[in-house]
Order: sequence, then C-alpha cells, then structure tokens
Amino acid sequence: MSKLLEVENLWVKFPTRNGVFDAVRGVSFSLGQERLGIVGESGSGKSMTGRAILRLIRPPGIVEADKLALEGEDLMGRSEKEMRKVRGQQISMIMQDPKFSLNPVMRVGKQIMEAYRLHYKVSKKEAKKKTLAMLEAVAIRDPERVYRMFPHEVSGGMGQRIMIAMMLIPDPKIMIADEPTSALDVSVQMQVLEIMDKLVKDRGMGLIFISHDLNLVSSFCDRVLIMYAGRVVETLPADKLHEAQHPYTRGLLNSLPRLDAPRDRLEVLKRDPAWAKEESVSG
Amino acid sequence: MNGIEIEGLNVWFGDYEERVDAVKGANLSVPKGGSFGLVGESGSGKSTILRAIMGLAPTWSGKIDILGKPVETPRSRDFYRAVQMVFQDPYASLHPRHSVDQVLSETLSLHGFSDIDKRISQLLDDVGLGPSFRFRYPHQLSGGQRQRVAIARALAPEPQILLLDEPTSALDVSVQAEILNLLTDLRAEHKLTYLMVSHDLAVVGHICQDIAVMQLGEIVETLGVEDMRAMRTTHPYTKHLLESSLQSAAG
Repeated sequence: MSKLLEVENLWVKFPTRNGVFDAVRGVSFSLGQERLGIVGESGSGKSMTGRAILRLIRPPGIVEADKLALEGEDLMGRSEKEMRKVRGQQISMIMQDPKFSLNPVMRVGKQIMEAYRLHYKVSKKEAKKKTLAMLEAVAIRDPERVYRMFPHEVSGGMGQRIMIAMMLIPDPKIMIADEPTSALDVSVQMQVLEIMDKLVKDRGMGLIFISHDLNLVSSFCDRVLIMYAGRVVETLPADKLHEAQHPYTRGLLNSLPRLDAPRDRLEVLKRDPAWAKEESVSG
Repeated sequence: MNGIEIEGLNVWFGDYEERVDAVKGANLSVPKGGSFGLVGESGSGKSTILRAIMGLAPTWSGKIDILGKPVETPRSRDFYRAVQMVFQDPYASLHPRHSVDQVLSETLSLHGFSDIDKRISQLLDDVGLGPSFRFRYPHQLSGGQRQRVAIARALAPEPQILLLDEPTSALDVSVQAEILNLLTDLRAEHKLTYLMVSHDLAVVGHICQDIAVMQLGEIVETLGVEDMRAMRTTHPYTKHLLESSLQSAAG
C-alpha cells in the first residue's frame, strides 16, 4: 500500500506565560488508502494533530515535525501561498458543526461551486453541473432546490452532507473529518457516515477520522490511534479495540454505560501520571 | 402520590399558519422517588416537556401535577423549591463572571436560607468538589466540574424533583461516568425524583427505571428498562432506536 501521508515526530507548541505548553508531543503515523481513527478525550490533542497536518495552527502556536510529507513531498517547508494549493485540493477537512462552518449569507450552491472553481478553471455552467451532481452524490434528493437554499434553511444532517459535498468536490487525496457527526442525531449519524464511507472508498481516498466516540470509531475505521495528553498511547486494528491493552483505553471502554450489561455503578477512570510521560507509539 | 403526573399535555409555538405543535397529547407519570427517561431525536419535543413543567414554555394546555398539586402560572417560589433543572451545556448555563460561591449563595438567599456559609460547604461536598473550588470562576473549571457546580446549584433549595436535560452530552465518556455515578448517589441520599432527557439510550437505561420514547412530538411508547434491554418493544421506532444503539455498542 502506498503511503499517502507520513507524519514523524509531530509537535504542536503554544508559548504561554508559564512556559511552553505542548498540545501534541511527538506523534508519528502514516496513512494509506484507509480509514484511520484518532480517539481521545477533549484536550488530548487529536484536533490539533488534524490541524497541524494542514498547517492551520496560527501563531504564536508552533508546529514542528521531523517529517510531514504528502505522497513523499514535504509540507513543512512550503510557504502559505503553496499551502493554499494543498488545502482543499489535496487534503480537505470537515469540521464539527455545519452551523459554524458554512457562510450564513451565501447560498449553499454558490459556496460549493466556489470550492470547485478555486482549484479548477472551468466555466460557471460546468461548475454548476458538477455541484448538482455532487449534491446528488451525498444523497440530497432535490439538488436544484437545495442549491438555492441558505444554510439556515437546512437541517443539521443536511448541512453536514453539504459540507461533505463541498470538501469532496475538488477531489482531494486525503480527507480529515474532525468530529463530523457529534452535532447530529444518532439516526442521522449513521446515514452521514455511510455516505462518507462510500465516497471515500469509491475515490480511493485516505480518511483521518477524529472522534471522542470509541464505539463509532471501532465500527467505522480500519485502524485506531488512541491519544492521551498529546501522545499516542496505543494503536490497534479497529476490530480489536475491545481487546485493547493500555489501561487508559481499557478505562475509557469500561466507563461507558451499556444497555446489554447493566451495572449499578460505572467504572471511573483512574489517571496514572505515568501515561503522560510514556513515549509516543508510532502507528 | 406521584412526583410528576402529566396528562394530555400539548405545547405549541407561534400562531395560525406558523403554529408548530412541539408536544402533542403527552401522558406520563413518575412515582415519587422514581426515575423516568425521555428519549428521541432532536426536535421530538423531549426537552420541551421539561421546559413546560418549569414554566419556560408559556403556551401549553393539559394537566401538569407536581407532588399531587396542579402547577400555578406563574410558578410560585414553593414550586421552584420543589423542582429544579440541570441544563445540557455547563459552559452556557453558568454566569461567566460569578464565582461558584456567588452562584450558590444567590440561589440560597433567594430561597430564604440563613446558614448560607455552612450550606455552601455542604453542597460542594455533596457533589464531590472540595472547599478549594468555592471561589473559582467557571473558566477555571473543567467541563465535568462545571456540571457538578450546576448540579450543586440545582440541589441548593433542597428540591424533591430534578429535571435533567441531557446532563452529560457535552462531556467526555470518562467524565460522563463520574457524573452518572454522582447522580445515582444523590438520588439515593436525598430521595430525589428524576425526569431525565437524553438521546443516548445506554445513559437513560443506566439511570432510569421507566422510559418513554418520543417521535415528532408524541410519546409513541412507554416501557420499563427490563423490557427495553430484552428488546420487548411494540413500536417499530423504538426497535429502530434500540437496534442502532446496540449495534454501535457491539462494534
């Protein structure tokens, strides 16, 4: 399997009054044409890892890495202008909440079309045709009508499908999905995931799926990285998640209430300070 | 005597052609000391029922009895002494410029308590926060600690009924476990009655004895937790919810 993305010893640092805060500490992994899940609690650095790959960390934040390469080509040394060509066209990112990531005063169709025309020189007519086809691909029934709608007129699930359409239309090689379904209902969640899964598979893309939901990740991804305090503590094939060895992963799994196994008290995670000091596992 | 008794509750917003019926003919009863869960998708009207009980949804019809007495409009101080609510998002429901001490002492003095100092220490102790948290501001607390403060505030007037609106959906799973344990302990200690709203069937199944499933403003099925675990349901929507929830749990 060819490596789409290679990350070696990635650090994200934020200088503060009390010294430097390390949000991500020496994370290494590689991504092929697969679905890689990154799980962890809030503050574990999973979103920062996703942002650092696109070099979206704003100063004073600092990104450092021994290697950050897209299909063998270095990303660290690129200028902002060159990075703009990578973002969207090569690597795209789906954010958590469509309510905050769509432009509220621009019609949905125009926004998707803009994403396409930024990267490809095509006529408006052709771009519109492509946009409508893309809306259909994300299972929107009446693309002509949705094309003319404003973001406040669509539901959460539809908004997230519009985001997916917008991110996929430039045909990127890698998609980073940062909690794409946590703002959605359980029943809509599955639907959005299925659409994403199908499109990623059909196009042979690599997917980085960032989530706090262990069960969701284990059922949806091929491989899982578990992050704690800015480090990767364990890496596993997704179907073996329930055989995890690391006490942190075990603790997370045990703290979930279960319908099929009722208990009087839930197990509470006891944090071991040693976990934060361990070396990062490469995945 | 039942803690909460609701019959034929309708709640609507807007008038004439803009009228939206958020809750249609809901019936439910929670025995004193019991715990009852409402599940359903967003927009199914589950939070609206809680808001109607609290007097936060002004247009409603039907019957709402609390501890055997019909509610008054506007709600009396005695009502708020008996019924308190914990909201979904601890980041939004605490005043950003009030310290924990101010939040709790305001509630206590509104309800006419005199030994405020002692009660604040007791409340913080009840929810598992030490005295060191007393003079902190919300931004100095983590999400789980904030939700503990919100629960302490709800407990301040010594209520008999707690309405819980998705109390853990904004929290991490490890913190969720701590808060759910805390809620279980508090119910046993203070003999509270819970009415809880959640979209997570596993959470509701952990806390509640009886569960009502809502869809499009109507309660489509009410069942006991044992029946739910054994998949003894009659309504297809309940079945669908249970299957998708068990599927994601099994991985």
